[in-house]
Amino acid sequence: MEFQFQFDWQAAINSIPYLLKGIPYTLLISFGGLAIGFILGIFFGLLSINKRWFLRWPATAYIEIFRGTPILVQVLFIFYGLPDLIGGPIDPLTAGIAAIALNSGAYISEVVRGGVQSIDKGQTEAGLSLGLSRSQTFWSIIWPQAFRRMIPPLGNQAIVSIKDTSLFSVIGVGELVRQGQVYIANTFTAFEVYFVVALMYLAITLSLSLVLRYIERRGLVSV
Amino acid sequence: MTQIVQMRGMNKYFGTLHVLKEIDLTVEAGEVVVIIGASGSGKSTLIRCVNGLEEFESGKLVVDGNELAPKSGNQKALAKIRKEVGMVFQQFNLFPHLTVKKNIMLAPRKVKEAPEPIASATADRLLNRVGIASQADKYPSHLSGGQQQRVAIARALAMEPKLMLFDEPTSALDPEMIGEVLDVMRELAKEGMTMMVVTHEMGFAREVADRVIYIHEGRIVEEGKPADVFDNPQNERTQAFLSRVLAH
Repeated sequence: MEFQFQFDWQAAINSIPYLLKGIPYTLLISFGGLAIGFILGIFFGLLSINKRWFLRWPATAYIEIFRGTPILVQVLFIFYGLPDLIGGPIDPLTAGIAAIALNSGAYISEVVRGGVQSIDKGQTEAGLSLGLSRSQTFWSIIWPQAFRRMIPPLGNQAIVSIKDTSLFSVIGVGELVRQGQVYIANTFTAFEVYFVVALMYLAITLSLSLVLRYIERRGLVSV
Repeated sequence: MTQIVQMRGMNKYFGTLHVLKEIDLTVEAGEVVVIIGASGSGKSTLIRCVNGLEEFESGKLVVDGNELAPKSGNQKALAKIRKEVGMVFQQFNLFPHLTVKKNIMLAPRKVKEAPEPIASATADRLLNRVGIASQADKYPSHLSGGQQQRVAIARALAMEPKLMLFDEPTSALDPEMIGEVLDVMRELAKEGMTMMVVTHEMGFAREVADRVIYIHEGRIVEEGKPADVFDNPQNERTQAFLSRVLAH
């Protein structure tokens, strides 16, 4: 007996149009989720360094819960569990976006906290001594500097979240992996199709890396 | 004479450490008061109390008619005081994400809501005054330490303060840059600015100060005209300190 495996280029090429239909979903879930996650991250990240414990504790609880549980469990919980609570179904796309938002939000909170805490205390003192209020000092002096330092870890999180969306095939969102699975069910060309799927993820994440590198180079003036 | 700063029986603790002890100090308008003392004596803490960067535990502090209570959450008084008191830090603390000119314009724009052209003209005038008009559009990291500190002085002056606090303004500078910063301060004093200066530059203190204060372990132990304090110190602590710093 002898195995003969030949990569079927034609099969790979044929799968591309069908797989491409998954990309808008992958991008929508990733970037929709990340946009909300960014807002959650700023909100909870800043709460987590507040002096008042009753603001800090809920933020810390949110961060620990969503960093400490698998995103797959989170999305299953939202899609299958939450409808019991709210008494109606949640569509898979919404569940996917919510899962990325809540999960990335927890990680971005930590990025925000780290970025803000990395700015020298002298910057705050200079702002206050000039007569700026606490919030003016924060938003015009601390935040712009902290945000620049946050760009690399934020890019990192974006790449992680894009890849995380591949798990959402389990709830039936027509994203990239789901499209691949459906296609393979008809053609039995798993090797070729998953190879193309992998290349498509790589194309998305590499483009993002390039954009981020460009922003970093342009954005870092002097910090 | 108008009193700009009035401290009465002020005490300050860091935890259990008693860093300022029963401080009584008055600064009149137009006066230049230089505070000297060993490191850890509390001299920086003393001037940081004046604009509320440090709280104090007991006693009385009035700055330009605004009373700051001990453990003060008195935001109104604090806001008023900070508008009228400029501060220059040892580490400059310029804003690295803003150009030199934007550093100077920030507070007038945000706090006084000065229109852009006016804030811009003020910045140009001040940059000229501290001798670095040509650097206006550079970022702070592209300037030498001496230039950065002069920008920091200009930034504080842009708020037209009634009192300027200097917290070891030349201690982080290379020796060849100390002179240019002291020159600016000397000019400022000549123009009648009220100043409280913490420094190790004894030559500057002797020449520019109206009054020198020596602090030892959180207590003012000697106070007087520079000539008296430097040439004829009464307290043995002051004598010991001066013999150490003036020896070399």
